[in-house]
Amino acid sequence: MGFFLAIVTALFFPGVILRVKSVASGRKGPGVMQPWYNIWVLLQKGSVISSTTSYVFRIAPAIYLSTILIVLLLVPFPGSPALFGFNGDFVLFAYLLALGKFFFIIGALDTGSSFEGMGANREALYSMLAEPAFFILFGTLALFTGHTSMAQIFGAFHFQGYNLFILGFIAVYLLVQIAMIENSRMPVDDAKTHLELTMVHEVMILDHSGFDLALIQIGTALKFAVYGGLISNFLLPEAYPFAVRVALYFLVQLFFAMLIGFLESFRARKKLAKNPQFIFTLSSIALIAFILVLLLAHKMIG
Amino acid sequence: MNSLPILLPVALSFLILVMPSRIRYCYSLALTVFIMLVTGIPAAWELFHPSGPVLVYHPGNGLGFIAITIDSLSAFFILVTNLTVFTGMLYSNGYLRPYRHTKSPAQLALHNFSFVWLYISMLGVLMLRDGFAFLIAWELMAVSSFMLILFEAEKRATLKIAVTYLIQMHVGLVLLVIAFLLCEAETGAMDFDALQGYFSNHPNRLLFFIFFAGFAIKAGFIPLHTWLPDAHPAAPSHVSAVMSGVMIKMGIYGIVRVLTYVQSDFFTIGMTILILSSLTGLLGVMMAIVQHDLKKLLAYHSIENIGIIGIGIGIGTLGIGLNNNFLIILGFTGGLLHILNHALFKPLLFFTAGSGFQAYHTRNLEHLGGVIRKMPQTAGLFLLGALSISGLPPFNGFVSEFLIYAGLVHGLSAGNVYQSIAFILVLVSLALIGGLAIFCFAKAFGVVFLGTNRNAPKHEISEAAAGMLIPQYLIAFLILLIGLAPMVFIAPVAGVIAAHFHAPSAPVVPDLIPVFKQTGIVGLLLFLITGFILFLRHRLLRNRPKKYAPTWGCGYVDTSPVQQYTGTSFAANFGELAQPVLRQKEDFKPIADSEIFPEKRSYAIHPVDIFRQGINKSIDFCMMGLKKIARLQTGDIQHYVLYAFVFILIIFALLYLKII
Repeated sequence: MGFFLAIVTALFFPGVILRVKSVASGRKGPGVMQPWYNIWVLLQKGSVISSTTSYVFRIAPAIYLSTILIVLLLVPFPGSPALFGFNGDFVLFAYLLALGKFFFIIGALDTGSSFEGMGANREALYSMLAEPAFFILFGTLALFTGHTSMAQIFGAFHFQGYNLFILGFIAVYLLVQIAMIENSRMPVDDAKTHLELTMVHEVMILDHSGFDLALIQIGTALKFAVYGGLISNFLLPEAYPFAVRVALYFLVQLFFAMLIGFLESFRARKKLAKNPQFIFTLSSIALIAFILVLLLAHKMIG
Repeated sequence: MNSLPILLPVALSFLILVMPSRIRYCYSLALTVFIMLVTGIPAAWELFHPSGPVLVYHPGNGLGFIAITIDSLSAFFILVTNLTVFTGMLYSNGYLRPYRHTKSPAQLALHNFSFVWLYISMLGVLMLRDGFAFLIAWELMAVSSFMLILFEAEKRATLKIAVTYLIQMHVGLVLLVIAFLLCEAETGAMDFDALQGYFSNHPNRLLFFIFFAGFAIKAGFIPLHTWLPDAHPAAPSHVSAVMSGVMIKMGIYGIVRVLTYVQSDFFTIGMTILILSSLTGLLGVMMAIVQHDLKKLLAYHSIENIGIIGIGIGIGTLGIGLNNNFLIILGFTGGLLHILNHALFKPLLFFTAGSGFQAYHTRNLEHLGGVIRKMPQTAGLFLLGALSISGLPPFNGFVSEFLIYAGLVHGLSAGNVYQSIAFILVLVSLALIGGLAIFCFAKAFGVVFLGTNRNAPKHEISEAAAGMLIPQYLIAFLILLIGLAPMVFIAPVAGVIAAHFHAPSAPVVPDLIPVFKQTGIVGLLLFLITGFILFLRHRLLRNRPKKYAPTWGCGYVDTSPVQQYTGTSFAANFGELAQPVLRQKEDFKPIADSEIFPEKRSYAIHPVDIFRQGINKSIDFCMMGLKKIARLQTGDIQHYVLYAFVFILIIFALLYLKII
């Protein structure tokens, strides 16, 4: 269920971000479907392949996309479990994304370009640094709810009284930031930059063309939907009727996309050397949340 | 039972030294297979009947005079050892081929002999319970591996490394001897089973930590690891594979074996192991990232993996203290399974690194590159090893790390607040270790195998010989098997743990079945979807224009291979972040103001292991003190008579004062 809704969301996601950004900067902007039209065009094209590359370069985009597709199968839709769900499934969630990223990185290194090596290096570093924040967040939630699978965590999350507001706020904040880092968005990377030396994500795909480039762009759009799906799980109570939940789900995703658009428009990119500090801050916030939950569980006193 | 079949290989092994060189390898291989069968079959039986009777080959039957015992715990380690030694033996033939021209037959015979004896002594460590016999096997293991490291003894550096190794191993041995003697002094018996008696009415901490220190030197826990990153690169690849794959695990075996007898102090012990292991894991992988030598990088990853195994054992030990079945089963099973997994992917990585070294004659990352186009199969196998050592699904490393994660998450709410905080910090370390391993192997694989060669060799490069690839494919098959059908392996291992730590596996293991069924399906699905996309890509692109062009140089033309991102540059930004732990030594003469026309210069950067620096400094300090004392050694007989006189006077004085 969540899978199909997320696919639908992904159709509009990049377009909404683009539209918000252009409106915020005073332009009219392209249509919402423009990114997908571009992907469609890419899918029709032939390809130019670097003669330095090997089979790694050819399989990397396919693996990148398929890991994200499978991750989508792990994200529950509020009120109904995902296709795959078991105790500790968030570990698989994080590691599958890491698998895709690993191939994405070595795909970039396969070209032997110093620029793409640079991007690959930064991507590896930032996502490595962001990993602890995600794990502390889910560790905290597991302690908070007493469950370890995502569906059960979210299911139990909404029955924890008023405490959940503060934890929900921290969780959503962290997930938004992690999503921005994982997708190489504004505070750590500017997708619209014009200098290869300062890019992260964009410089890694310089040599991908046609079909392969399309696969990566589809993957990126889906990745936003994955995080949007997670966030909506925090915000939507299960008790609402199904139709309302679906409507709210889209609303949350729309807000998430617009939020990204606004954040990107009004936020400056950090200096590359400052990025690790920024990412470490997220882990610290997550740790504070953990201590908070420990306090709430009365373990500190009792 | 009759112990003749087990003891026969000991006698047969000496024949290796007198075999003609034509059939020496075949004989050694046959002997290895024979040992595999006589130990593997009882071990397999024992593993699948963990609660059944323990196999004991009593002294007095046949030729034996010491009891040989196989219980399910040793059975697990025996099977892992058999597997790794077998693949190492298969690989060694191809790897040693070029040395046939440079080494004398006697040297090669000695090498083969030591290899078989390393195998026999490891099995001895696993099967002997008597303290004295155990220590002899332990010592033989150190000596035979010392001989194996010495293979290229004509290099001065190798000689120095091997001697350092031997010395450090003996420090460990002394600690173990002390521990056994302590036990003997109290209980009158010097074997493992006597520990039960000792631990039940003495403080457990002291004796356990002496044992732990002795075993930890072998296992490579930081800061006792300093022999490891040197010894592995110095040895031939099949030896590094066996040393890293199983020999260092003998330390873990010892720790787990002693833990089965411990009766109290579980919180202190468990917490210490947990914290030490997290640090070992983190520091190991951090130091791995800055290495330039491929085998040294892999050696530091062994330290990292020992850390992961240790985390599992620490969780389990805390579980015993908390009387929590989930923690015991998840922690120990995760740790033990990670031993098996590491014994698969680490030899695979060492084998591929060895093949690369054989072809290119260098292990320096900065001189390699583009190996994948000359050796596609070796590259693919290295990639598989890299994926599984990074703990990525659907390969085997993920399974054991998942168990450990599950244990940690479960532990968050199992103990008191300090334990919760410890568990979350270990969880963070494990997540970081995973991320750093990915970072490190993206670097290693990218720099060595991808791109173009930075330092084109003058000779022709070809793929490794089939004989060397076959054991690697065997390992690759097992890696996939564990990744996709983990329950087949988890259930017996959990059975071993349940039998040894008196924790029923009932609620825990059945709970894991649906979990791993789903991860298995996810793994298969991953292959299917990827295959489908690739098929689609192939079909669609078949009739479309396809062009090959040089890599886009961002407007710069005429780029050269040396402009590629190197291993050093890849590690640079991380190195800056981890400045306090990672030191690098620069070899560079700065340009003086007076130098108007600077002469030709070179720049080199070397990673420094701060722990080794610390040890060296403390040794230097001791040496300084000893040198001062050495002034007493004048060489004059009159002085020595004076010393004796003073000594007797002091004794008299002490006796008179009733101090002694």
